Amino acid sequence: MPDFPKNLKFFTPTRRSLLKTAGAGAVLAATAGLPTRLFAQEPLKVAAVYTVPFEQQWVSRIHIAANAAKDRGDIEYTATENVSNTDYERVMREYCEAGNKLILGEVFGVEQAARDVARDYPEVAFLMGSSFKEDAAVPNFAPFDNYIQDASYLTGLIAGAMTQSKNIGMVGGFPIPEVNRLMHAFMAGVRETAGDDAKFQVAFIGSWFDPPKAKETAFAQIDAGADILYAERFGVSDAAQERGVLAIGNVIDTQADYPETVVASALWHFEPTLDRAIEQVKAGSFTAEDYGVYSFMKEGGCSIAPLGTFEDKVPDEIKALVAEREAAIKDGSFTVEINDEEPKSS
Amino acid sequence: MIEAFEILFTASFWVAAIRIASPLIFATMGELICERAGVLNLGIEGIMVAGAFAGWLTVYLGGDLWTGVAIAAMAGAMFGLLHATLTVPLGLSQHVVGIGITLLATSLTYFTYRIVLPEVTSPPRIASFQPLPVPVLSEIPVLGPALFNQTPLTYLAFVTVGVVAWVLYRTPLGLAVRAAGENPSAVEAQGISVTAIRTGAVMAGSALMAVGGAFLTMSAFNSFFFEMINGRGWICIALVVFGSWRPGKALLGAILFAAFDAYQVRLQQITGGAVPYQLFLMMPFVLSILALVVMSRRAAYPKALMIPYQKGER
Repeated sequence: MPDFPKNLKFFTPTRRSLLKTAGAGAVLAATAGLPTRLFAQEPLKVAAVYTVPFEQQWVSRIHIAANAAKDRGDIEYTATENVSNTDYERVMREYCEAGNKLILGEVFGVEQAARDVARDYPEVAFLMGSSFKEDAAVPNFAPFDNYIQDASYLTGLIAGAMTQSKNIGMVGGFPIPEVNRLMHAFMAGVRETAGDDAKFQVAFIGSWFDPPKAKETAFAQIDAGADILYAERFGVSDAAQERGVLAIGNVIDTQADYPETVVASALWHFEPTLDRAIEQVKAGSFTAEDYGVYSFMKEGGCSIAPLGTFEDKVPDEIKALVAEREAAIKDGSFTVEINDEEPKSS
Repeated sequence: MIEAFEILFTASFWVAAIRIASPLIFATMGELICERAGVLNLGIEGIMVAGAFAGWLTVYLGGDLWTGVAIAAMAGAMFGLLHATLTVPLGLSQHVVGIGITLLATSLTYFTYRIVLPEVTSPPRIASFQPLPVPVLSEIPVLGPALFNQTPLTYLAFVTVGVVAWVLYRTPLGLAVRAAGENPSAVEAQGISVTAIRTGAVMAGSALMAVGGAFLTMSAFNSFFFEMINGRGWICIALVVFGSWRPGKALLGAILFAAFDAYQVRLQQITGGAVPYQLFLMMPFVLSILALVVMSRRAAYPKALMIPYQKGER
């Protein structure tokens, strides 16, 4: 409460005379807006709890956005990585007790427990990656997710144009909504440019962190005829590079590491989501709303990475189509379907 | 249906099977040595993590690949020494110590990783071992590429099996190791220190486990991820039982398991999504359990396994 002593001062002279009371009253009224403005300039205390290392693709995007907000002076940022799901609730509570006003994280494995913590700390705002929607019963808990299907769809258009065998390999970790919807959007894009007879090989490796296994799975798909791979996991682009086929990136841009392999990437930008939450918390109006929409392309939450080394290899008519669709998505005249079901091989 | 069988005759399938088997071969041989000397080493999972990191870090910091392998082995041997100190002369519970070593090694590894690389956006890569085809032999259809177009570390894995088998069954040292696991008093009666034999076996075995881990970061892949061992160590413990504590049979077990794994990822692609993917992921484990039931019915485990030996105690 940084504004409290200042208000006290005004009460001291009021005891001296009625006249002064009136004057002080006027000043007090004039400064009524001050507390919130002062508060807005104070950096907001934000803490993040991640179940994976900062290097993990998904978390890295949140970490980058939070560090940017910290560098701007908007927030104070502390974060803990590699917290196991069994320990997640404890770390959340510790950060709440430490006086943080906004808690960031990912509760895909602890959906219920995280909501229980939110109930216990009604004055703290929780912005959590979640497979579920907001719940009015927990008004301080808002879910987000990487709804970057717009960008995934655009990369699909490019992939569909680049495949010659019309056979696409896709390796994912687990079929959770966040993974599924991006795969579906990507597949929709591919079908549009490669035709409905495009074949998809979909595999899940049952782990978020087993690049050797992801790589083996990708090798198997290349053996079965895939000539472009959707790289949801680390390891897939490596297999593509070794066998001289192409890959499409997801969430982060890895073209610098695989200049001859990664054609295009769908990038996630967490900044619109986080900035909205910071603004809402500072204004005291943070509520349980679906922050997933701030990952949409028209909110600036996702984009397609520059084609870079593939600028000259992607046909011009496809580049034009991508630009046209991108504009249509941004002005709202085109919507990419959101499908959270588990994708299947075809 | 025919496609499902055709997979078995493709070279790439067998190449994948041997590649997946390689880290398991190293670690299984390591566990086998420990257990033949009478010590169950449940530190295997953590030691593999430490080895994966130590080898990778050495190369990342400018060492060459073989130095990396040596450093990984040394890191493994150090954890082996800690394990042996607690379980051999002190005679503590091998289960508790082993799991403790796994927790310590994984956490310490991650702690070191963060100190060395406090801020990285994606895990750095190294130039890993590349396949080195053996002239002529690698031209043999199907099996040629599988056995003779692999990275040097895979060749080393096979050499290791031969060396372990030879030492265990053809040398006085091997006899002492086996006797320490069967009847330690007999070893002591020969004037050989059971403590020294067991400690040495656990250190050597742990070094091999660490090289198994290093295979993942230096050959199968080229960067280090915290959870990349992903239970492979536990599989190796089962493979030792599967192999009835014999190097040759354990090698077969490792290849069989890896072949199931390579097969399931290929089978997943031809069923067109009609079968849930979880069933395929389960396949190597289910088949291994079945094989284990069949294979290990008459297996004779080392008689003094998990029994601490105190000199002079009756």
